[in-house]
Amino acid sequence: MLKIEDLRVSIGQREVLRGIDLHIKEGETFILFGPNGSGKTSLLMTLMGFSGYTVTGGKITFRGQDITYMPMYERARLGIGMSFQRPPTIHGLKTRHLVQMCARGREVDPEALAAKVNFVDFLERDINAGFSGGEIKRSELLQLMAQKPSFVLFDEPESGVDLENMQLIGKVVRRLLDGEVDLPPGACAKPLKCKLRTSGLIITHTGYILDYINADRGQVLYEGHLCCEARPRDILEHIRSYGYQECIKCLNEPSGLQPLDLTRTAS
Amino acid sequence: MKDVNLNDFSFTGIERGEIADLRTLDESDKHRILHAGVDVDSDAASAVFMHMDQSTVHCKSRDPGLELLDFNVAMKRYDNLPEYVWKLVDKDKDEFTRNVAANTHGGYFIRTKPGVKITKPVQSCLFLKADNAGQNVHNIVVVEEDSEVHILTGCSTAHGTTHAAHLGITEFYVKKGGKLTFTMVHNWGENATVRPRSVGVVEEGGVFQSNYVLMSPVGNLQMYPAIHLNGRGAIARFNSIIVTPAGSYVDTGNRVIMNAPDTRCEIIARTITTGGTNIARGHIAGHAVPCRGHLECKGLILGGGQMLAIPELDATVEGVDLSHEAAVGKIAQDEIEYLMARGMDEAEATSTIVRGFLNVDIMGLEGPLAKAIQEQVEQIDANAM
Repeated sequence: MLKIEDLRVSIGQREVLRGIDLHIKEGETFILFGPNGSGKTSLLMTLMGFSGYTVTGGKITFRGQDITYMPMYERARLGIGMSFQRPPTIHGLKTRHLVQMCARGREVDPEALAAKVNFVDFLERDINAGFSGGEIKRSELLQLMAQKPSFVLFDEPESGVDLENMQLIGKVVRRLLDGEVDLPPGACAKPLKCKLRTSGLIITHTGYILDYINADRGQVLYEGHLCCEARPRDILEHIRSYGYQECIKCLNEPSGLQPLDLTRTAS
Repeated sequence: MKDVNLNDFSFTGIERGEIADLRTLDESDKHRILHAGVDVDSDAASAVFMHMDQSTVHCKSRDPGLELLDFNVAMKRYDNLPEYVWKLVDKDKDEFTRNVAANTHGGYFIRTKPGVKITKPVQSCLFLKADNAGQNVHNIVVVEEDSEVHILTGCSTAHGTTHAAHLGITEFYVKKGGKLTFTMVHNWGENATVRPRSVGVVEEGGVFQSNYVLMSPVGNLQMYPAIHLNGRGAIARFNSIIVTPAGSYVDTGNRVIMNAPDTRCEIIARTITTGGTNIARGHIAGHAVPCRGHLECKGLILGGGQMLAIPELDATVEGVDLSHEAAVGKIAQDEIEYLMARGMDEAEATSTIVRGFLNVDIMGLEGPLAKAIQEQVEQIDANAM
């Protein structure tokens, strides 16, 4: 579904991604770990196509199409969706209106979708104006539910969220990834569900989101390189026990630590 | 201020006959006034008034609770309306007021019956058709005690290039417990000179709500309507949306003078320049307590032009609560990209942000007027990019 080959990206003069190779298959959820400043957000921003992230080498292919230099809105229309960590406030733009715009002409019921993320009271508010951390997440999920992407980029779904909201958000993220759709009454859900499973690339710092979703694979991003592919829970366990410092040490000393399968070493 | 030479315009000899049915207007005139929010095909009005060049051509009330007369007719019928005419606007304020006083072509006299709430709006249209025409109108609005009315006035020229001048005096009287909503849409042209002179008083518990929309080019427009809140608990609100394309010169603002306790006011202006000059003024005076006023002027420069914001607060007693906020900025790239990530192309994203910025919804307008405004919002982006 998404194939990244030897991707190199710079912000201004600074190289932030130094040759990334990653292949995420249809329906697969991939977890990206890494300390602050390791390039996780840059990777997501580059995949979405934000200005300021200059691709200096390599290639991104999505569903067989080269999207490396494609405008952002075309990527969105191809099926890539993103949950923003710090979205801007747009004054005068009601949440309801944006939800409708996300559906791009498809019929959408903002009330029903908002009810799923406990957000009905916010439909008449200007988007992101004074939203708390948890409210931002719920608003982002609401927009994604209306947008129905086939591939979702999540930048730290758990950041700034209290425990109560975490449960709600975790469940909705899971539902999004499971491709749950509102079926007409009487329709058989099972075959559809399997077919509609959404792929995802999730950045997590704390790993809390792993309590709610079924992540297939994971890797650590460190100083612009991907390394240490393993089962996400094992990576998390390792980072929790030893911290990123040990993880980095492991990178530098291939024989150092057991649980992580090293696929690439830092130069 | 940009100069005006009144000798460039002809203030006599451009009379027009009565138009009994406004649906008989030419299609092109109808289209122009539709962009000023005037829909002659609609019957959703309590009264309809139209002034073309130097004559009132249509003046009919359909609601027994509302009196609508041509200004000159009202002057004859009510012995020169001594309690209302030239009471708030100084006849000798400037050459424009003197010009209107010397030769008033018409205008409307609107008066509600006490206690009556007029549900449908009064539709008024001031129209300039002949080249070089100078128009002198004088309007009087009297909202009697505990009554309510919405006046929707559209001002337009026949073509975007008509060379003409509009001088208009308006005096508003909102009596005890009355409520006036006054929505004005301007659709002038690049060669139009416009000098409205408006002043109003609001008595105890009365409300004056103004909506003003100017989104098309205008050669030279200057106005600074003022409202005096003279009764306890009186309220004034101004919402303005102003767009100045290249070649437009617009110097506008709103003034509220709070002379009584418990009065409140809010002046909100959203302005965009796409190459023209916009001077955005605002003035709130607090002379009694408690009183509360807020002035907000936000501007965007899209592509060029000049924006000069001049907010003023004048307090003369201890305990007033006045504030202002002025900002001139641009459309932020992160806002555009946020919307592009949802599938909108750049033009759609920009238009969505501009629409939100202009805060059109705040006016709660409906029907053809809302549609006309939306079309003009889309036009701004087409011009700016």
